[in-house]
Amino acid sequence: MNWADLNLMPALPEMFLLGALLVILMLDLFISDAKRVITYGLSLVTLAVCAYLQINTFEPFASYTFSGMFIDDPLSDIVKVAMYGVTATVLVYTRQYATDRGLFKGEYFTLSLFALLGMNFMVSASNFVSLYLGLELLSLSLYSLIALQRDSARATESAMKYFVLGALASGLLLYGMSMLYGATGSLDLALIAKSIASGSANQTLLVFGLVFIVAGLAFKLGAVPFHMWVPDVYHGAPTALTLMIGAAPKLAAFVFVLRILVQGLGAMVADWQGMLVIIAVLSMAIGNITAIAQTNLKRMLAYSTISHMGFLLLGLIAGTPEGYSAAMFYAIVYVLTTLVGFGILLGLSRAGFECETLDDLKGLNSRNSWYALLMLLALFSMAGIPPLAGFYAKFAVIQAIVNVNLVWLAVVAVMMSLIGAFYYLRAVKAMYFDDVQDNSPISMAGDMKLVLSVNAVALLVLGMMPERLVAMCVQAMKLSLTTL
Amino acid sequence: MFANTLSLVIWTPIVAGLLVLATGGDQRATLARWLAVAGALAGFVVSLPLFTQFNNLHGGMQFVEKMPWIESLGINYHLGVDGISMLFIVLNSFTTLLVVLAGWEVIQKRTGQYMAAFLIMSGLINGAFAALDAILFYVFFEGMLIPMYLIIGVWGGPRRVYASVKFFLYTLLGSLLMLVAFIYLYFQAGKSFEIEAFQALAKIPRDVQILLFVAFFLSFAVKVPMWPVHTWLPDAHVEAPTGGSMVLAAITLKIGAYGFLRFALPIVPDAALQLSPVIVVLSLVAVVYIGLVALVQTDMKKLVAYSSISHMGFVTLGMFLFSGSNLNAWAVEGALVQMVSHGFVSAAMFFCIGVMYDRVHSRNIADYGGVANKMPIFAAFMMLFAMANSGLPATSGFVGEFMVIMGAVQVNFWVAALAATTLIFGAAYTLWMYKRVIFGDVGNHHVAELSDVNKREFLVLVILAVAVLGMGLYPQAFVEKMHLSVNDLIAHVAISKL
Repeated sequence: MNWADLNLMPALPEMFLLGALLVILMLDLFISDAKRVITYGLSLVTLAVCAYLQINTFEPFASYTFSGMFIDDPLSDIVKVAMYGVTATVLVYTRQYATDRGLFKGEYFTLSLFALLGMNFMVSASNFVSLYLGLELLSLSLYSLIALQRDSARATESAMKYFVLGALASGLLLYGMSMLYGATGSLDLALIAKSIASGSANQTLLVFGLVFIVAGLAFKLGAVPFHMWVPDVYHGAPTALTLMIGAAPKLAAFVFVLRILVQGLGAMVADWQGMLVIIAVLSMAIGNITAIAQTNLKRMLAYSTISHMGFLLLGLIAGTPEGYSAAMFYAIVYVLTTLVGFGILLGLSRAGFECETLDDLKGLNSRNSWYALLMLLALFSMAGIPPLAGFYAKFAVIQAIVNVNLVWLAVVAVMMSLIGAFYYLRAVKAMYFDDVQDNSPISMAGDMKLVLSVNAVALLVLGMMPERLVAMCVQAMKLSLTTL
Repeated sequence: MFANTLSLVIWTPIVAGLLVLATGGDQRATLARWLAVAGALAGFVVSLPLFTQFNNLHGGMQFVEKMPWIESLGINYHLGVDGISMLFIVLNSFTTLLVVLAGWEVIQKRTGQYMAAFLIMSGLINGAFAALDAILFYVFFEGMLIPMYLIIGVWGGPRRVYASVKFFLYTLLGSLLMLVAFIYLYFQAGKSFEIEAFQALAKIPRDVQILLFVAFFLSFAVKVPMWPVHTWLPDAHVEAPTGGSMVLAAITLKIGAYGFLRFALPIVPDAALQLSPVIVVLSLVAVVYIGLVALVQTDMKKLVAYSSISHMGFVTLGMFLFSGSNLNAWAVEGALVQMVSHGFVSAAMFFCIGVMYDRVHSRNIADYGGVANKMPIFAAFMMLFAMANSGLPATSGFVGEFMVIMGAVQVNFWVAALAATTLIFGAAYTLWMYKRVIFGDVGNHHVAELSDVNKREFLVLVILAVAVLGMGLYPQAFVEKMHLSVNDLIAHVAISKL
């Protein structure tokens, strides 16, 4: 490596994040529990600065650093900015909850930021090694975050399950990567793509490797038939961490999948398309149907996530730039919606009480009609009812698959979203139609109340005026895919 | 004339609804009520220019507004009305005003939310009628489900949860397939969601047309509702509050029938022609069988609900009477007149039942008897509406049915004969109910304690009575508006796309 050529600018936000993270780690040692809010503030400031740097260094083309291991293109810029926002929102939503449960410690923030750093690397990796490094940094941070509540048997069990199954998935992924390396002789996505396109690679080995890769990716996304961990982990983890797992990592996982399947293995689209069709249909079906049987909201949302991942995969199945941008839009909207859903659950929980069953939502409209309205927006958005953002997300992916003449798949998808509508309606029913069971006052911190309101109203505003975000996704894909 | 009349018609009630919602809890219910009535009145006033300034001699769309909305997905904010949709927008704005008045003091629980839901829904319905972009239409069409779900579920009767979920899922089932059909047509029409571009498609293969027709049919047949997918309607009606029933019967059912005219017939005319016997048979089943079902109901609201299905059977019958490849003009116009008339009459019938229900808290026919002794003014009004419901000449109910039967005679005598039985069944179930409820000796102590209508109820009844009689005596005022649009439609449908 020639040091003179080393341009670290593309990774500037990441380097700042790492630096700030280490400072916070050290500083926190000298901060007492009562003043922990300083760490909280510093973390938010760090995220804001990262977002500022990211936006300020935006360039409409791709640049590489670390010997081509790290790519900074419009796609990664947009997703990273979204992830900073999402992580900050998660920290705001979980502050009260974490304080009540003794989770509000320095480690909580440093591990969250480490997870974010891992996600940034996943999003910006252009090499199997950096992809894997990012993934593991994220996963290990999340495992330990869940286990942070070490006296809780449920959380520990959940962390254990997540760890074991996550390690298995990582193993599958690595195995697949090693086969691809064997077939193409490279770990770099661009070189792999070139080698496959030239037809010089061993086809059998490639397809074999692809199967392992797809299985590993499906594990990470939580798509059927590799979804078993999702409900257990979502249910077992403290709600704050369920949100942390369910929000930003989904965005990172989406780009991760996009980088590997489209950027690296784009020439094998015919091979992975068929696999993804099966995975997507099964995810939508099993996710939606099983969710009907759940009475625990966290489990219900877990199955709902599985079905949403199925929908998201539809965009990839299309195999067109429109499809990819539709999937990207889907991922962003999904995360925004999830934030509201879990945000309400966090807000309704208090010291010694977890809001997590359908019964806990009963009569929310009489207790506080504003929160009920916010949750209503989130639920109808998940169900894909216009004029909420979730509708356009579903619409865009369906448009993309109809464009490639997969009308039957579109029909299956809409039928599954019909089934899905039922359990969202049941939650709305609990809030609006049922009588109050638990009339204890709801106390939500001011900052959380504000952010939650903005977050939920954004779903409606985005539903009325989605053009900006849709155009941004389309543009990002266009600019980033030309470099692939 | 404002350049944005249609936008104003759509957004005035929605903004008013949001304002009402912002009044908060029940401690400011009076403010919410007055704000709601002001909003509904404003919504009605801004919709009037559509009627008065409509150019009867101008075919095609009027009051057009168009601007890009979601360019990346090919969706425009494109509004416009022809002689068909214009009538329903005015009818809807009119009904909303009555609904707000009907719920005035009856709704004591979360008044603000109730009024807001109706106002927002009114705007969405106007949007569905005015949209000329398929996805814009879909957004309004589906968005309507949210307020209606809440209206039935929060303020409805004992089985409201069941009814509201059934209503929601039934209608969603149909419309989702339509969405796929829209997206398919988008690519056929050169990446455009314009309804006019869909209609202008010159060639669509027969099997594709049939699939598209099935998608449209499922969506709109559920909404109309046609037999055998009508079962959500009696449940929804019975459990909905009075206002909910009025809007459901008067307006939302019409969107289904409107959808047939705007989408199914002009976009896939050959499939419509080929499958028209099926629709005619289903419509006749609705007219005859559902008419008989209505006869045996013991619940007044259920009876009127079944009567609505039966009347809507008439509407779909009128829309699918082909001779050769030509639709029958009499029948189509008759169907449209019937739709408007049914809007007035069914709203009036549900309101009358609501008036009695508010006093006695029962919808059972058996719990009444001799109401005329205690409520003479009310009984007189209800008499008028019952007559209109059974299609008495000089009321609005007669005109549409007569025109459809006239059209049917030209096409097929036996269809006309079966359809005409509605005049018998309609009279039988409506007047028999009327007799059991209103006439005779005072039935029980509840009836004995009844007081006649108050000023607010009187006002609503008078407005409805004027509408019913006015339309019965001078239907020309409505027919002349739709005449050109109907002729255009018929000419369009006659051209094969094979």
